[in-house]
Amino acid sequence: MINQDQLILQFQQKDVKAYEKLYNMYCDSISGVVNNIVKNDDVTQEITQDVFIKAWNNAESYSAKKGRFFTWILNIARNAAIDYTRSKKFKQSKQNLNSDFFVDILETSSSLDSTTNTIGLKKFVTNLGEKCKSVIELIYFKGFTQKEASEELNMPIGTIKTRNRTCIGELRSMLGV
Amino acid sequence: MNIKDYIASGILELYVAGSLSEKENEEVYNTIQENPELLAEVESIEKAIVQLTAATKKDASYSFSSIKNQLKVNEPKVISITKPKTNWSQYIGWVAAIILGSTLILSVLQNNKLKEQIATEKQQLESKIDSASTNLAAAEKLIEIFRDKDIITIPLAGQKVSPTSYAKVYWDKKTNSIYLDAKGLPEPPKGKVYQVWSLKLSPLTPTSLGTLDTFTADTNKIFTIENANQSEAFGITLEPAGGSASPTLEQLYTLGAVSS
Repeated sequence: MINQDQLILQFQQKDVKAYEKLYNMYCDSISGVVNNIVKNDDVTQEITQDVFIKAWNNAESYSAKKGRFFTWILNIARNAAIDYTRSKKFKQSKQNLNSDFFVDILETSSSLDSTTNTIGLKKFVTNLGEKCKSVIELIYFKGFTQKEASEELNMPIGTIKTRNRTCIGELRSMLGV
Repeated sequence: MNIKDYIASGILELYVAGSLSEKENEEVYNTIQENPELLAEVESIEKAIVQLTAATKKDASYSFSSIKNQLKVNEPKVISITKPKTNWSQYIGWVAAIILGSTLILSVLQNNKLKEQIATEKQQLESKIDSASTNLAAAEKLIEIFRDKDIITIPLAGQKVSPTSYAKVYWDKKTNSIYLDAKGLPEPPKGKVYQVWSLKLSPLTPTSLGTLDTFTADTNKIFTIENANQSEAFGITLEPAGGSASPTLEQLYTLGAVSS
């Protein structure tokens, strides 16, 4: 397997092939996060594409010191999606929304695509404790800082950290990673 | 630092989520650099999150080709793709250049034409001003003469042949000259001229002061004539071209006596 640091370096030097590999690694994840925020298929596709074009155009601004490449692009995606929810267009279509949490999307998802873990994930989130659901929702899907999550859930930061660690631990053991 | 405790704190999960501050991010980064075993933990967490979030996507995966064309690259291939576009704009450029060029030539030609026209008009205007100032000078000279208190004014009234005719003589005895204003006379027929006479009344002795040969050509119809005679009256007759030795009284147009 190619070293990811190398791939990112090539991407920063505007290597399209390297970027295609990174894109394939994270595209589904990014579109999932965007979908969880905007809850509109067409808009999700549009924003996801914009996110990857934006990341390409701002490639030089990424620095490993600031965090993971995935985290960087995840931030771009959440910001783009949240920007959209503040737009007029979104407010007009808001009545069509029916689900709030990633859990709902997963549970109501009818797509049985090639991702072998989708069915397992569905089962997993169904059995996931409410506290895990809300922590994961805020920290990973909504992009809350630990402080914001602590205020939102009325929990000390330390508790957020350890609870989140436990929830992700369950997820990892389920996925075997 | 105890690595196990560090991992157990849950900071790496938040690091992947992007929930830490910029300062904390850099601290985690440095810690990972110092403890390579942490990297495996981070990658594992990331893998779990990527899979979880990917499961919440609605559609099938969006293919890379949908954004590939929108990525700005410095590859020569891209240039060849956009080449027809360049050619087209080049073509437009040439057309624009030709239009611009011909417009320029046309406007230069038109400009020259206008310049010539202006030059001609300027010349005409100059000559008009020239003649106007000459006329003005002449008119001023006339006014000066008419206002001179030593000048005698003799009106010449129309006679039987032409009752509506009239003329005026301004006689400057100092310079022995008369200024004849003949504006009130009709155009003389072809082959005829007006002849001006100085008259002594008793006995009636006419002395010719000359013919008004330039009558038709003269626009202000004022004629300066030498007159050293002791005139008692002035008359104008119509005579055959060249004038006559004595006036043809049947053709006496105007006549006026000098008031003594």
